Amino acid sequence: MSGVRVLVGTHKGAFVMTSDGKRKKWDISGPHFAGWEVYHLKGSPADPNRIYASQSSGWFGQVIQRSNDGGETWEPVDNSFAYKGTPGPHTWYDGTPHPWEFKRVWHLEPSLNDPDTVYAGAEDAALFHTTDGGKSWDEIAGLRQHETAPRWQPGAGGLCLHTIILDPSDPARIYIAISAAGAFRTDDGGKSWKPINKGLASGFLPDPTAEIGHCVHHMAMHPSKPGVLFMQKHWDVMRSDDAGETWREVSGNLPSDFGFVVDIHAHEPDTIYVVPIKSDSEHIPPDGKLRVYRSRSGGNEWEARTKGLPQENCYVNVLRDAMSVDSLDECGVYFGTTGGQVYVSADAGDSWEPIVENLPAVFSVEVQTLP
Amino acid sequence: MIRVILPAHLSTLAREKGELEVEVGEPVTQRAILDALEERYPTLRGTIRDRVTWRRRPYVRFFACGRDLSLESPDAPLPEAITTGAEPFLVIGAIAGG
Repeated sequence: MSGVRVLVGTHKGAFVMTSDGKRKKWDISGPHFAGWEVYHLKGSPADPNRIYASQSSGWFGQVIQRSNDGGETWEPVDNSFAYKGTPGPHTWYDGTPHPWEFKRVWHLEPSLNDPDTVYAGAEDAALFHTTDGGKSWDEIAGLRQHETAPRWQPGAGGLCLHTIILDPSDPARIYIAISAAGAFRTDDGGKSWKPINKGLASGFLPDPTAEIGHCVHHMAMHPSKPGVLFMQKHWDVMRSDDAGETWREVSGNLPSDFGFVVDIHAHEPDTIYVVPIKSDSEHIPPDGKLRVYRSRSGGNEWEARTKGLPQENCYVNVLRDAMSVDSLDECGVYFGTTGGQVYVSADAGDSWEPIVENLPAVFSVEVQTLP
Repeated sequence: MIRVILPAHLSTLAREKGELEVEVGEPVTQRAILDALEERYPTLRGTIRDRVTWRRRPYVRFFACGRDLSLESPDAPLPEAITTGAEPFLVIGAIAGG
């Protein structure tokens, strides 16, 4: 019987959770890298036993770990993330120029077909990649050298490149998102990039529809519809049907259109999930109720999916990389909270159960569907 | 041999327990010890000093013989008690919350 492996990054280490296709009983290993922040782990689609993890600490900096056996054992690989050339300044919170400084890797995106190739999204915003399984990292500098880069400003979490989407239909096309510069796309493997923020409106900007400066929290794409993108922006849930050239709002009847995560059903490209959060100043669920909202129409019409989730006195957040789906026949949906719970729905969101309830704050959740 | 004591997180990363020993040529300096340490334990590269600027990371300090040597030149000779192995070179992580 096929099964799943859930990779969870937390404030104090990583956890690996496995189950069979029923997704009822779980084996949990960890904490791996105990005491370190693990912003993200992700497995290679080409070799599920190859997993990469971003381990970091305010004291000791960045470490990248690699597993060749599905997360049972790990080996540190190279951790040198050097910006190409002499990086010029970006714009600091107060509007002054600020030098570009590497702080950590937020997101690791393994290639769709080569286990040794991985993209890494960094703070301060830059895209790196390795083609030798992590032995060395090289900046794809065209992005940071974009003409708008000196005007990029950090969001509250830092100037982080947190989303990387590889287009399965076109190896030269990559989407990325930066808080708070916005979304960008390359069609030539990273040599040149264009901002793809037309249609976004951000009230905190002097020009709400500016070319850049939007606080994109996360984006998702279904592999069967590579031109269709969904976005959870600081405020507003957005959809693009033309590879990001234009966006339209699909927040519809959500109780709040602020949030961090957005993800897509594995078999239904128009079934999407978000977790509404009350506001940018509070970062808690509306009314103390933890609710996943599902739209089966690609947005605008949303239904709350609450069975099994706390519906009173719940004030956790769900961070941008903390939702994922499996691709079993009945699609599983997973998310983790800043309160240390990891929830699974084995019925596409209709009902939820906790896998664990007392982890450190969850930063990221990724799921591998195993043969 | 030079004796080195690392913070627990870095000992784990180096897959060692307790005190380490590294061979360092004359003159024995902070830079020479860190070079030898990173040569023997490549996984420590970037964790004590920045890989681009080679500066000590802000929340890491160096102590020896009861003295804080963090602000001394990385090329200044270290006390004789370090070079003879009578005292260890201490890499300390700041006590900070979280």
